[in-house]
This record gives sequence, C-alpha cells and structure tokens, in this order.
Amino acid sequence: MRLETLQSRGSELASAEAQLDMLGRVPLDGEHADALRRHGLFPLRSTGIRTLQLNVGRRCNLVCRHCHVDAGPDRPEVMSRAVMEHCLSYLEATDIPVVDITGGAPELVPDYRWLIERCRALGRQVMSRTNLTIVETPSHRDLPSFWAGHGVELLCSLPHYRPLNTDRMRGEGVFDKSINVLKRLNEVGYGDGRSGLRLVLVTNPVGAFLPGSQGSLEADFRSHLMREHGIRFDALYCITNMPIGRYLEWLDQTGNTAPYLQNLAAAFNPDAAACSMCRSTLSVSYDGRLHDCEFKQMLDVPVDPALPQHIADIDPRALDERTIDTLRCCFGCTAGEGSSCGGSTTG
Amino acid sequence: MDEHYYHKRDLAHFGDIGKNRPELAEKFFDWYGEVFKDGALTAREKALMALAVAHALQCPYCIDAYTKSSLSKGADADQLTEAVHVATAIRGAACLVHGIQMRNVSDAISM
Repeated sequence: MRLETLQSRGSELASAEAQLDMLGRVPLDGEHADALRRHGLFPLRSTGIRTLQLNVGRRCNLVCRHCHVDAGPDRPEVMSRAVMEHCLSYLEATDIPVVDITGGAPELVPDYRWLIERCRALGRQVMSRTNLTIVETPSHRDLPSFWAGHGVELLCSLPHYRPLNTDRMRGEGVFDKSINVLKRLNEVGYGDGRSGLRLVLVTNPVGAFLPGSQGSLEADFRSHLMREHGIRFDALYCITNMPIGRYLEWLDQTGNTAPYLQNLAAAFNPDAAACSMCRSTLSVSYDGRLHDCEFKQMLDVPVDPALPQHIADIDPRALDERTIDTLRCCFGCTAGEGSSCGGSTTG
Repeated sequence: MDEHYYHKRDLAHFGDIGKNRPELAEKFFDWYGEVFKDGALTAREKALMALAVAHALQCPYCIDAYTKSSLSKGADADQLTEAVHVATAIRGAACLVHGIQMRNVSDAISM
C-alpha cells in the first residue's frame, strides 16, 4: 500500500506539538540538557555559522517511511524567490562557505536552479540533497549535467546497497531507479575522484537501531556497488533517524518509541555532543524562519526567541554565538558515533 | 509467572560478571571487542557469523544481540536469513555425516 503524508491523512502526529508531547511521555533518566551538564557542555553555543542550510520545500515525489519532514507530493510548501533573495543577501553579507540545499525534493521548487546559480556566483560551495529518483521524472532528466556544470556536491539518499531495505524504506522500485541515476552521475564525472564532482551517499538505518560504524559501512557499500553495478562514489554518510515526523509514527505503531529514545539517551557521547552540527549551522525554512537545525525546524522550534526570527531581519553576525536549547530528539545527534547532516561526527 | 532461566533484561547485565575476578572479565571483554572490529573480515561479516553461531548454540541472548548488531552494521533480512541457513546446514550436515558411522557399524555386522 502506498504511504501518504501525515498531513494528508489528518494524523495527530502531523502537529509538532503532538510529536513533542509523545517524546515527552517517554520515561528517561534525564533530559538532554542534563547530559550536557554532566559533561560541562551546557549551555550549547554556536561556534560560528559555517553552513547555511536551506530547506526549500516539503514537496517530494516520494513518501518515505522514515521522513522527518513528512514530505510528499501533496505538500504545497516551497520557498519563494523573495525568500531566496533574502537568503542570498544574508549570504553575501557573510563569509559562510557552504550552502546546503534540502527539502522535500528540492528539485521540485521552481527557482531551485536559479538559487544554485546565484549561490555559485557568490563563490560558495553548494551541496544539494537528492533522492535520485527525481532525475528519472520528466523535466528533471538533464539535472546531472546541470549539477556537473555548476560544481554542485550531491548528497544522495541510498539506504542500502541492495533493493530489499531501500525499497522497504523509500518505496517499491526506488532502488532500481536510484542505481540508474547513480550510473548517469558517474557518466558525467561524479565520484571519479578527479573531476572535483563530489558524490556522497547517505544512509539511515532501516529500523529502530543506531547506524554502525560509518567507515565500515562505507567499505561495504563501496565493494557491493562497484561489484554489482560498477558505481563509484566519494563517501558515505550515516545519519541516525530522528524520532520525529513519519519515523516517529512508525516507532509508535511498532511499540519502539520508548526503547528507541532510551537507547539514544543511553548512547550519549559527549564527544559527539561537542561536535553537534547545530553549533555550526543555521537552518532556514521555506518561509524564511530561522532554526538551529533541520529537525527543530520540523518541530516548529525557533532559534533563541531573543534573536531575530526571519532571514530578512538578521544582522549578519547576530547568530554567531547564540545559545542553543536542546530537546529530547537531540539525543539522536549525540548517540554513538554522533550524527549530523554530514554523517557521523566522531567516527 | 516470572520464573524463567532466561530473562531478556539479563543481557544488559552481562558486564556484572566482572564483579568477581574483574581482571579476567576485563581481559575477556577487551579481547571480545577487538575480535569484532573490521579486519580481514568486515564487522558486518563477523556479526553475521556470530548470528549463525548463536543459532547453532541456541543462545537467546546472542541471537538478540547479533540480530541487532548485524542490522546496525548494514546487513538486511535476506543476509540474516542466509546466515541462519548456513548454521542450519552445518547442524544438519553434522548430524547426517554421522550416518557414515551408523553405516560402518551396520555394515560390519550385517549380511
């Protein structure tokens, strides 16, 4: 049966408040702030913004089981050119080196290509997250050459190097389409280690457990994808599933919410907490609101309320040393080897 | 009734074995940790081997631990199932190959 978004089903968990409430009811020995305190890391502070992460919309051609965004074809939210222009003005007034474009499927946003061109014209490194399958849809087939022409680093979702778990998480037939697109990316130079066209694969555990060692999984992905499909890539990022969005719904339906959150809390790693991505990232939502990270964005939790709340309003340096409040879902980023949008933080 | 020799919760207390003769437990757990690291075999392959052995030994603690460990290290349900079939094949074959002893005895005393 095809999955639908929480929002289209009118699920209670479509609301951020209901998600926070569900997490709040799990018995834990202490809050994330207590764990930070025990290790002298409280309060968490920004160390300066090095990545401007733009979530340009929640529309997606897929409806993945674990999506923390609750993205899908029915979601109308996309970033307007006006908000993009505010982001570019902010970028121009700073020396933030990296722009990380995510969604949904960001490619479905009308001004996606324009945004990339403008970011590159400002001399910034651009990373774009892709579900790969979008390239197999009409009007997106030329994306590999567009990306290559603009030197875009690609972060491509591929839960596993075999179809079983990939399709279980992302939908029937997704694995085969993803492999086709990866081959096309290799053809234009991505992942060859010489062209500078960086191809990164991104995997999330297909279930209620932490990812294994990123280095070990990368070696496995590399040998399997080369042997079975002749595919090359530069790196594999492992991202722990955050207990929010549709993943939280799945945890709830399978009786895994409490054990999973408790496992994340028990695996708290102070070294990972010190390297939390929120310390060096500013996350902007499709409508320009500011958040410490993508996950807090999905939970409608803004940056420190004493600070400007919209990309149009901010003084370029105002958020550089901001204090970052943490939530229960933050145990996801600080468990085990640590997790960020750039993969493991300590492995 | 909560009277069983095996309790799931006991797995989390494995380390308590070191409350006596801790120097022996320390040696064991250090060595154990090293064994499962990436080496000539990958960590995933070792976890699958451990899962197969756990089935052969029919240790519920190890089955629980190495199912989770194998998944976490990137194995999927097909691979887990193949590992269990390997254990089953060897257990079955180990039984069947002893049939040769049966044949030897039988042949020796039969017309």
